[in-house]
Amino acid sequence: MTTAAKLPPIEAASRANVANQGFDVAKIRRDFPILSRDVRGKKLVYLDNAATSQKPQAVIDAVKRYYEQENANIHRGVHFLSELATAEHDRARETIKNFINAESSREIIFVRGTTEAINLVAQTYGRTHVGAGDEVLITAMEHHSNIVPWQLLCEEKRAKLRVAPINDDGELVLQEYEKLLGPRTKMVAVPHVSNALGSVNPLAKIIELAHAKNIPVLVDGAQAVPHMKVDVRALDADFYAFSSHKMFGPLGIGILHGKAAFLEAMPPYQGGGDMISSVTFEKTTYNRLPFKFEAGTPDVGGAIGFGVAIEYLNRVGMDNIAEYEHELLAYAVRTISGVPGVKLIGTAKERAGVLSFVLEGVHPHDVGTILDQEGIAIRTGHHCAQPIMQRFGIPATARASFAFYNTKEEVDALAQGIQRVHEVFA
Amino acid sequence: MADLRDLYQEVILEHSKAPRNYRELSGANQHAEGFNPLCGDHFTVYLNVEGGAIRDIGFQGSGCAISKASASMMTQAVKGKSKEEAQKLFSAFHKLVTAGEGNGDRADLGKLEAFSGVSEFPVRVKCATLAWHTLQAALEGKQDPVSTES
Repeated sequence: MTTAAKLPPIEAASRANVANQGFDVAKIRRDFPILSRDVRGKKLVYLDNAATSQKPQAVIDAVKRYYEQENANIHRGVHFLSELATAEHDRARETIKNFINAESSREIIFVRGTTEAINLVAQTYGRTHVGAGDEVLITAMEHHSNIVPWQLLCEEKRAKLRVAPINDDGELVLQEYEKLLGPRTKMVAVPHVSNALGSVNPLAKIIELAHAKNIPVLVDGAQAVPHMKVDVRALDADFYAFSSHKMFGPLGIGILHGKAAFLEAMPPYQGGGDMISSVTFEKTTYNRLPFKFEAGTPDVGGAIGFGVAIEYLNRVGMDNIAEYEHELLAYAVRTISGVPGVKLIGTAKERAGVLSFVLEGVHPHDVGTILDQEGIAIRTGHHCAQPIMQRFGIPATARASFAFYNTKEEVDALAQGIQRVHEVFA
Repeated sequence: MADLRDLYQEVILEHSKAPRNYRELSGANQHAEGFNPLCGDHFTVYLNVEGGAIRDIGFQGSGCAISKASASMMTQAVKGKSKEEAQKLFSAFHKLVTAGEGNGDRADLGKLEAFSGVSEFPVRVKCATLAWHTLQAALEGKQDPVSTES
């Protein structure tokens, strides 16, 4: 690409036509203090939400208030603060349970994040149900966190990791997936939404096909929960994992939702305090759910902040968020694919949150540096999904990822930033 | 504020688009692979070393403009140099891209001074030095690929 062509003019009318009534993005942006800061002398345009999202004031305040006013260890104190912290921690779990429509808060296990949730299932359910010659089925669009834990398990058990293919648009090939569900398949692990491509998987169908053969399904929901209403009971997922920090809550905490029948039957993941009912040197009796899987002092402040993030999302409304983001992403696809030299990677019919692209003649890393000088934060690289890069025959992509606080003006800034890349490389 | 033109100087852009010595060297007696696992950059450096001197050098691989231009200009800078001279050049280059201008040890950098702007962009230092680390591994006869993360 040697010449930078002019972008088509963006009509003010199309920009003003922002989503549904009652969803006021300007008002929402004021809830996120970081969004008003400058970066490198430019207004911050934060388009790296799939890596981590920004936090609303309510979450920041809740974490601050916890450490200023409520900090104590939970489940063991007879004193006022311990009771208060325990109650707040329980309330957060209840909020999260309701948010994903789980049957019971016993099924809501606090973990460090999606990665730990998947490792937990691989190391407990996996180690007791997968043996030599068995198979674990994943897809070609996994994040490394939904590959490596299963690889470790398969190596240990001399089992086989099978991979259901994706097509050139980045969609799961359902017929191939179905064929791979065999008599030796002991576990299916799939992403709800691909972090590198944005593809939304047909989860209901994926789960139905696996259940027809009595195979349990784990869903990596990290990239879905911030963008759409997720109902784990309607999906009938056996395990559903997600992270707080990608949905406007604090870092370092996440959830494994598991059906109680599975969790009851699984051995513990880690041993320690809180996960026991009684301990002697001869024998330990494990605590009831969810505590059986929560050894050690948890991140109480993180859990409280997480609960507040979900209360915030409930106030905005997940349906409003999904509707607004759908329009924003469609606008981004139209606008960015119209920039000369841009090729989108991941063109699935159903997409959420993510726009991955490569620019002819320019490495994504250089795109990222030049956009950064314009105050635009995107991610460049393989997005912890190297097999996807191999599938598309590229070393890396540039990825813009959106949240409900992003605007069409920011999409326009991205388009102009890409033009700037052309100017530098002209 | 750092200026993009300091980073992407004309000579760097030109080398990134038309890298020199971009070939697998027939008759290479030493080679090494280098990775930047975080961004996926990957280069192989081929050497023909005789009597302690780099008689010929080539490279292949993929990476960003900075890493590719750095590899290209490195091959020009070290061809015909002794191992020790190449090592000295790497030390000077490393200082240049980490500390920028104003350090004394840059007598023989020549064209490589175009990379002085990298010091304003700390996350790009790995891009600029990947080929050099790979060259060093090839000279030392290392079998395992080198990584910017180790």
